[in-house]
Parts: sequence; structure tokens; C-alpha cells
Amino acid sequence: MNLIAQLEAEQIAALGKTIPDFKAGDTIRVGYKVTEGSRTRVQAYEGVCISRNGGKGIGASFTVRKISFGEGVERVFPLYSTNIDSIEVVRRGRVRRAKLYYLRARRGKSARIAEDANYKPKSDA
Amino acid sequence: MRSGVIAKKVGMTRLFMEDGRQIPVTVLQLDNLQVVAQRTADKDGYTAVQLGAGAAKAKNVSQPMRGHFAKAQVAPKRKLAEFRVSPENLIDIGAEISAEHFLEGQKVDVSGTSIGKGFAGAMKRHNFGGLRASHGVSISHRSHGSTGQCQDPGKVFKGKKMAGHMGAARVTTQNLEVVKTDADRGLIMIKGAVPGSKGGWVTIKDAVKKKLPDGVPFPAAVKAAAASEAPAEAPVEGAEE
Repeated sequence: MNLIAQLEAEQIAALGKTIPDFKAGDTIRVGYKVTEGSRTRVQAYEGVCISRNGGKGIGASFTVRKISFGEGVERVFPLYSTNIDSIEVVRRGRVRRAKLYYLRARRGKSARIAEDANYKPKSDA
Repeated sequence: MRSGVIAKKVGMTRLFMEDGRQIPVTVLQLDNLQVVAQRTADKDGYTAVQLGAGAAKAKNVSQPMRGHFAKAQVAPKRKLAEFRVSPENLIDIGAEISAEHFLEGQKVDVSGTSIGKGFAGAMKRHNFGGLRASHGVSISHRSHGSTGQCQDPGKVFKGKKMAGHMGAARVTTQNLEVVKTDADRGLIMIKGAVPGSKGGWVTIKDAVKKKLPDGVPFPAAVKAAAASEAPAEAPVEGAEE
């Protein structure tokens, strides 16, 4: 392990975040801290995770897509951001791609993702 | 004036702060950084310290340089650099400088050799706009355009920005902030980018355009068994020479 990877692993350990096991296709709810003036509150953002980026490093991120008032909205969150209060998996989806960018061109029925009823987490995770 | 340090660029990463900020940092490492020689006013006409960093195989070091290192009783170094210091800030020969030389939040200037770009066009080298994509422009979309006037002056002025060799030059980036230091591993984390490639050598000095913060160690933060918790007072003997 090179020095940069070592420093990143140390920082991930020091941040002490519990990241649930999720992948593209899962519906997730992200609690994101929002500061308004002096007080902070947690805002929930729920949608389909359409990509995960950056692997195991500190720079890893994920993209969540949802349809808000008939308009598609995508947000990219840094996985280890201190602004993220919580990540929870609402629904496991069964998909055959790592990046679900094809959902951008779809609407309604064709944009659905089948539920992975008998989801098994990978042993190494 | 205080000595700077020689460091090796390890790479870049980011730090997450408690308030949600992310800071992009360059990790620089001090690798066996020792004082190899002193330049004094009587002998050389100016005062400076020569620092050496890294480790070189003795068989790859020339005979005269081996003698130079032997005189200072330090192991052969890979990289040598001189730093001008005021006479009271001379550091003892053989003293090893630690990463605590810089304080967190301090501004520094970092110099290094930038990554070579080869022969680069005017758009890349001088941020020229190039020519239009259409409206009769043929083949020369990335050219620099006109280089001057007409029969009077009848020449291209000296210093005209044109295509040519770019990069692989000494570049100094001023007023970068030290975000974090790690004395055990000799790491200095600096906000933002630093000239040069990974594995390249850079020199870090106190910022010339900013006031030095209170509490910086004088003449340098020296690694020593006795003075581990108070590195500031340890090397006072160096001041007399």
C-alpha cells in the first residue's frame, strides 16, 4: 500500500463512518446536513443510486437520481463527506450494469428497476 | 530569514473537515533531511545552509561529493539545495529537520520543476483563443494568428508569445497554506497543487509576501532525542558559527 492509500485508509478509519452496503440500482435515503444561518438540520434525499465512483479511496462518491415535481434531479455525494448524516438502503434493485445512465432517457414504466428479493451481500464486504 | 526545507512530492488527496468542508491537499514528505554544509560570511561572503534529502547509493556518488558528505558525517544524499539564512539562523551540520518546521495554517512558497509539456502551441502555452471554427478558417483553428503590424516596423517584436517549449521549468507557487504536519512520518500537507510530478523534489520556504506567524521554530525544527518536545530551543549552538 502506498503512502497516499495509507493516509486515506487512516482518515476513513478516523472519520468512523458506517457506510451501508449499497450499489447502483438500490434506492437509498441520504440524510444531508444543511446549515441555514446558524442552525443545522438534516435534509433527506431519497432516490435511485445510479453510479458509484472512486472505489475504496477517500474521494469516492455516489450519484442519486430522483424525479422531483416531474423533473429529473441528480445529486453527487462524496461518500465520506462529513455533511452526510446517514445513508440507508430503502430497496434493493436488480440491475445488470454498474452505471445506470440509461435511466436518464427513460420515464415512467420503463424507468422502473426490479426489486432484488433475495439479496445476499458479498462475503468480502 | 529562516531556512526552508527540501521535500518529495508524494501525491494528492483530500481532507474532510468537521464543518463539512473538503480541502484538496498535496502530501509532501521530508526524507532524511539533514544539514550538509554551512556558508558563512567570512568564508563565502554570505550565510546559508546547504540541506540534503533522500538517500543515494555510495557507489553512484562521485568521489568529490563522497568527501563532501563525509566531512559533514552524513549519509550520501540524493538532492542538495542551499537556503539563504540570516547569520543567527544557521543550523548545525548534521542536524535533521522535522516537519514541525512549519506551523499549521502558515503560508509557504513552494518551488519545483513543472511537468514538461514539450513543444506546445500558443493556445496551450499562452492561453490564446485560437481562430474560429468556421467562417472561412482553414486548417489553422489552433494557430496564434497575426504576429505584428506591417512594413513599419517590419519585424516581429522580441518576446512575442508564440508556440514553443513549455513546462519542465522552475515554478514557484506562492502563499500556499500548510493544512497539517505529521512529524513522525515527516509529512507536510499543503492546500492545493504544487509544481512538478509525483516523486519530484520541491523546496518549501516561508511565504515572502506574508508575515511569519508567531511560534515558528527558530532557527529550525530539529529532530533530536533530547529536544523532542521543545524543538525550538535545541539548536542554539549553531548561531555562533
